[in-house]
Amino acid sequence: MPELESLEDVTTPPGTGASPARHAAARWFGRIAPLVVVGAVLGAGPSLYNNLAFLTTLAIYILLAQGVNIVYGFTGYLPFGFVGFFGAGIYGSSLAIVYWHVGGYAAIALGALTSVVAALILSPLLRLSGAYFALATLAASQALYFIVANESWTFGESGMSLPLLFSPTALYVISVVAVVVALIVVLYVRDSHFGLSLRAIRSDAVSAAMAGVNVVRTRTIAWLVSAALAGVAGALWALMTSAFYAETPFDLTISVYAIVFALFGGVRTAVGPVVGTVVLYSLYQYIGISNPQYFELIYGLLIVVLVLFLPGGLTSLVGGRGDRPAWWNRLVRRRAAPEVAP
Amino acid sequence: MRLFEYALVSGVLYGLFYGFIGVGLNLLFGVMRLVNLAHGDLVVWGGYLAYSLTTSAHVNALWAIPLSIPLALVGGLILYLITVPRLRRSEDTETSSLILFFGVSQVLVALATMKYGTNQVTLPELGNPVMIFGQPYAASLVASAALAVPALALFYYYLYRTRLGLATRAVMANEEEAIASGVRVRRVATSAFVIGVAFAAAAGPLATYMLGGINPTTGGGLTITAFTIIIIGSLGNPLGTAAGGILYGLASSLTQAYAAPWTGLVPYALLLAVVLLRPSGLFGRRVRVA
Repeated sequence: MPELESLEDVTTPPGTGASPARHAAARWFGRIAPLVVVGAVLGAGPSLYNNLAFLTTLAIYILLAQGVNIVYGFTGYLPFGFVGFFGAGIYGSSLAIVYWHVGGYAAIALGALTSVVAALILSPLLRLSGAYFALATLAASQALYFIVANESWTFGESGMSLPLLFSPTALYVISVVAVVVALIVVLYVRDSHFGLSLRAIRSDAVSAAMAGVNVVRTRTIAWLVSAALAGVAGALWALMTSAFYAETPFDLTISVYAIVFALFGGVRTAVGPVVGTVVLYSLYQYIGISNPQYFELIYGLLIVVLVLFLPGGLTSLVGGRGDRPAWWNRLVRRRAAPEVAP
Repeated sequence: MRLFEYALVSGVLYGLFYGFIGVGLNLLFGVMRLVNLAHGDLVVWGGYLAYSLTTSAHVNALWAIPLSIPLALVGGLILYLITVPRLRRSEDTETSSLILFFGVSQVLVALATMKYGTNQVTLPELGNPVMIFGQPYAASLVASAALAVPALALFYYYLYRTRLGLATRAVMANEEEAIASGVRVRRVATSAFVIGVAFAAAAGPLATYMLGGINPTTGGGLTITAFTIIIIGSLGNPLGTAAGGILYGLASSLTQAYAAPWTGLVPYALLLAVVLLRPSGLFGRRVRVA
């Protein structure tokens, strides 16, 4: 499947490729095709493997991985405490159901809103860089956990229990729709002027600011969008699980899984996080539940190998030649790259 | 008042130990911008070594400290050679290292689970409680704090009184200028890495006493605490780390005494407060704001 990188398309010198009209058609194909494929695969999911709890959780992880994709892939900020937004979405929607008796769709919207508000409150963290940011978000998510776990109005000690508002099938359909919407958001970020600004900031914030990019605003929007995705994921999880204690919604392994799923598939692409989540979460389902320590071992080794040898993720193997790791290029000597006349 | 006094003394004792845990991490981050998320797990493995020693050879658990150092040096060197040279070539070393060492941490946790199981493991108490200001403290607590002092002194000696330490501080301050001045950065980085790992492993037996036992997942929390401490105490400053450790120990034991359910919040709240209000730490000069 030809994944088209719109920026390269724009910068391709005239005369080297097809006509502009065919070019635009191919670009739209590159946007529509992932939507159709992902929607179709997830839609056909229940007939391939009839376990709606697993499939819904898979969709929830895809949403989280896409959130990580937007904030880490496009801005370079690693949100180690991303689970905080997931938890905020879970508690925002649950508390709205318990206290205000809202319906399921309103609960999802309020979950997303809670995460966005949390992200807004935490936006000063974006002033930090590198590991400071990563650890500060982690600290923030765990601080949130301690508040939720210790207060009585959040049912910290008694645990939360919710009425079932959706049938498992309905919830799965909603999750698939959410995944497709998230994919559209990521495609927009990838191909739009907004995404170009994000990438400019990522490679050099000072130069981007000089070129007229509003660094703080652009970064904050990306941060809020990714939080909203995590909030939706949280609300879906709350609706699916319906009875839980504060430990699970704020479990740091959720952050880590989302980060690794996104990285494994490849960040800064639209389908990478989807592929990464499907492959790794299925692996988890296959061995992680029966033998957690073996899964942890494989997982750990996989992370090490990934960072050292495949920093661009799985999709970088089929992407543009420049994205592929050097060892892969040496291994797969496909047709030589066309010589460009000086 | 007696409760306050008790909290104060145990805060200082814990603080010294936390300083010990922090210095190795500080060294790795200061010299190479490596975020060693496996630091706490290395500490835990040091603790398991002491546990194996007491259960199989029936000797004093503290013998694990001298034994763990050569093991950690060799293990650290292997880990360094596999990961660091490649990692340093990546476009964002800091973030990549965070993810990579998280993987290493998972491997260490998984191996510990396979070998020792998930139950809490404890070490035999060292002796009768020690009286300080008329109140008893566990002998292991006092011994751990007492051992942390020479360890911190040794670290200070290495960094400020040896040629290698001078070169290390030069790399911390400015790597490119250090290269230009003829510092062999690779050698400095290698030794900083293995020394950091050795400090982590050597703190293991003490951690087992201080925390009242260890299990394979103890390491994660320890890593966060250690990061909090080095950020409070400023990067590349071992005395700052010791002071940060004591500050953390005091905050933690006072919360334990007066608001026990919130004790777990202390490292995170402190970390947030410090990075937002004074990102350079309490004893630093440089500000690291993006």
